[in-house]
Amino acid sequence: MTDYKTILFEQMLKDFAENEVKPLAQEIDEEERFPAETVAKMAKLGLFGIIIPRQYGGAGAGYREYIFAVEEISKHCGTTGVVLSAHTSLCAAPILEFGTEEQKQKYLPDLATGRKLGGFGLTEPNAGTDAGNQQTTAVELEDCYLLNGSKIFITNGGEAATYVVIAVTGKGPKGPEMSAFIVEKGWEGFTFGKHEKKMGIRGSATCELIFENVRVPKENLLGKRGEGFKIAMKTLDGGRIGIAAQALGIAEGALDTTVAYVKSRKQFGRPLSAFQNTQFQLADMATKTAAARALVYIAADAKQNKLPTLSVNAAQAKLFASETAMEVTTKAVQLHGGYGYTREYPVERMMRDAKITEIYEGTSEVQRMVISGALLKK
Amino acid sequence: MNRIWVFCEQRDNVLQPVALELMGAARSLAAQSEGTVGALLLGSGVSPLAQELIACGADTVYVVDDEKLAHYTTEAYAQAICQMVREENPASLLFGATSIGRDLAPRISARLRTGLTADCTKLEIDEQGSLFMTRPAFGGNLFATIICPNSRPQMSTVRPGVMPKPVRDDSRQGEIVPVTVAWQTEKLCVRVVEETKESQSVENIEEAKLLVSCGRGVKNTEPAFELAKKMKGTVSSSRALVDAGIMEQPRQVGQTGKTVRPQAYLAFGISGAIQHLAGMEESEYIVAINTDKNAPIFKIANLGIVADAAAVMKELNKLLEEA
Amino acid sequence: MKIIVCIKQVPNTTEIKIDPVTNTLKRDGVPSIINPDDKTAIEAALRLKETNGATVTVISMGPPQAEKALREALAMGADEAFLITDRAFGGSDTLATSTIIAGAIEKLGADLVLCGRQAIDGDTAQVGPQIAEHLGIPQITYAADLSCEGNCIRVKRQFEDRYQILEADMPCLVTVLATMEKPRYMNVWDIVAQDEKEIGKITFADLTLDPARIGLNGSPTKVKSTATKQFDKTIETLELDPAEAAKTIVAALQKRHLL
Repeated sequence: MTDYKTILFEQMLKDFAENEVKPLAQEIDEEERFPAETVAKMAKLGLFGIIIPRQYGGAGAGYREYIFAVEEISKHCGTTGVVLSAHTSLCAAPILEFGTEEQKQKYLPDLATGRKLGGFGLTEPNAGTDAGNQQTTAVELEDCYLLNGSKIFITNGGEAATYVVIAVTGKGPKGPEMSAFIVEKGWEGFTFGKHEKKMGIRGSATCELIFENVRVPKENLLGKRGEGFKIAMKTLDGGRIGIAAQALGIAEGALDTTVAYVKSRKQFGRPLSAFQNTQFQLADMATKTAAARALVYIAADAKQNKLPTLSVNAAQAKLFASETAMEVTTKAVQLHGGYGYTREYPVERMMRDAKITEIYEGTSEVQRMVISGALLKK
Repeated sequence: MNRIWVFCEQRDNVLQPVALELMGAARSLAAQSEGTVGALLLGSGVSPLAQELIACGADTVYVVDDEKLAHYTTEAYAQAICQMVREENPASLLFGATSIGRDLAPRISARLRTGLTADCTKLEIDEQGSLFMTRPAFGGNLFATIICPNSRPQMSTVRPGVMPKPVRDDSRQGEIVPVTVAWQTEKLCVRVVEETKESQSVENIEEAKLLVSCGRGVKNTEPAFELAKKMKGTVSSSRALVDAGIMEQPRQVGQTGKTVRPQAYLAFGISGAIQHLAGMEESEYIVAINTDKNAPIFKIANLGIVADAAAVMKELNKLLEEA
Repeated sequence: MKIIVCIKQVPNTTEIKIDPVTNTLKRDGVPSIINPDDKTAIEAALRLKETNGATVTVISMGPPQAEKALREALAMGADEAFLITDRAFGGSDTLATSTIIAGAIEKLGADLVLCGRQAIDGDTAQVGPQIAEHLGIPQITYAADLSCEGNCIRVKRQFEDRYQILEADMPCLVTVLATMEKPRYMNVWDIVAQDEKEIGKITFADLTLDPARIGLNGSPTKVKSTATKQFDKTIETLELDPAEAAKTIVAALQKRHLL
């Protein structure tokens, strides 16, 4: 039987990315502008609710579809890709997995339709790779938690209306006790700080979340008190697949662009594609990209089927896809020669966008720790 | 009797060029098949046009001059023509492939249950009066020759501008037959609320059939717009003129502009950088005019002319002025 | 209001090329798409559904593979879809095709029938008006704008040099121009939902049709021969003075009916 669902989904994404995402990619990069109009279009198509079940207003599709969407959009624009990834993996997914029925009914429909965008607050000035060293506190009072502190480098920061935020709620046996909360933009004491000026993904909003005596209702505690670190780590497992898909898309976009370029650009009377150096470089780029794609979809399936290998699968996918993206985009610039270094061609942007995928949601070093840790635990 | 009929489209009581072109085509088809040419003239106050159709080749002009035909509507025109066809049994019935002809002809063909071939670019006939109607299909990649062996009339819409106009002969004699239609008024149920003439809408270079494209070799673009108007085309541009602020960005052809595929691409003073060629090399017929005989554009042009682009443009405008 | 949209699955002719060696059409790997004008007809129907309330049924006559086009229409938001398919329908020209489709519309029932103006593979623009004639309902072609009030359809009908505002009571048939609306994309909700829908099949047995009026035998027109476009291989570069150049260009364009 023909799998029309997949065929139509892929066709829609390709059309959309090509016609709506691609034309804006250069502009939002140069102007460091959040692609609000594209986000609104994505919302109308249901792209922000791909994995959210139908009873909460989503489409009820799976991780493969979601990952494919991030990949396809990132082929043309890494910025737009990460908006979708952060929203879905870091906000919608944890509410879906750890939320109460009331929380799901309250928050998921707006996230599914894209009426509200989602974000996630974990990183702090002194808690990056060392995520356990949280300084933000949530003190339990009679009727609420009092949230104080700040989070930095928050993707969709300021643009998102719903945030999952990790904070210290007390002392645990092995260190601070952490908990997760759903926090809404507009609450008293919740403001936004510095917008980062970045090397790549320059259209994505990256800013600081500041909490000053923010009163978080008790029903907004996500999961149980003390489960915050676990929720954060599980959320990042999913998030890493999204970033891996973003990296994969960037690599594919750079490869496509380069193939077209070397066929048309002539030097010494021959198209660049006639030179063996070009051919071999392209062969290596395509092979690594294909390998990255395989790892990304293995991880997506692991997430979909809740496999115990998820952490390792996600870490491997992100490690390999992000390093592949960096390598492929660097080679793409090289094959473009001087033109590749100009902003007239998209490959320099892709190279700048690729770099962040080796850093955020766990650096390549963190991924190696996760992978080797699992190996040596046995 | 091999009657070849032409629906002679008029708008605001002016015969359309395609009506005269079809008179010429019908005349030549009749000559090859011992036929006669009938002209169908429909409208309100159109009777004075009948003589012109005789001068252009009609043996008989059937005139339906009726207020119901003042504005074009499908049903009224269809009723009138079907009545005449049923009374006179023409062998062939030709329409211009205009937005009127292509609306009306299929309605009539279904009512008469006969064959219709759309948008023909070539018509041939054998001695028995059988038509061979050739038309493009698949985006112009394929040409099909269609016949209609067993039913009459053989119907066809013919692309405007393809058939040559006949030489007018005011001494020709012909018959003018006024026709009264027995209207089925209950079927005349589409109401014309408003009819407004308008000038050509906004230009889109991707949809143009002919592009007058300008590059660095064209300093003044005004003659290009004049030429495009005369050639029923649109003006496009290379990147150089867009960057220089002389042309608007939507007109830019090439890698960072639009990809076009017109039937004719006239490159004036465009050298043909690879980025430009990528956007237009699929054009069906490429004419290049450039002073540099080594310009890359000449490698893909069907017709290349080494000359000053602005000067050639000026001559073209002059030439088409006279025509 | 019940709207039936007639669509056709066509090869994307902008991607068809001619093999310069064999001089045949290269159709392999050319994707099939919903005919662009027809896609706009779907959009027009979905907008009427949003503004006036309607059910949107999409039908297509073609081989089983045309199911994909119908499913795409469902994924855009159409309510139901039917495929008109039978070996007996093969070889139909526009008159026979319109007879079959009119039969199917009669069976399904419709207040408003929407078609694209013409298909990019055949470019005939005939099937819409012919369906209207078989159904005995008025037609409005070349619609650049479309709205509905009560039982009345109001259309901006485009001509080369003018437009008309036309009104007709339903039932009627309208053929729309691709420029009328930009068709929406499919959406994830309906892409998932279409998976659970059946595409109804309408065959010869389901319709009351005179066998003499369908298929090859019911088609008054026959294709006598086909030829691919001859490649214009003449590549010549001439050095001419401007006046001669102008004459040469005009002659070359006229020869190709481009002027």
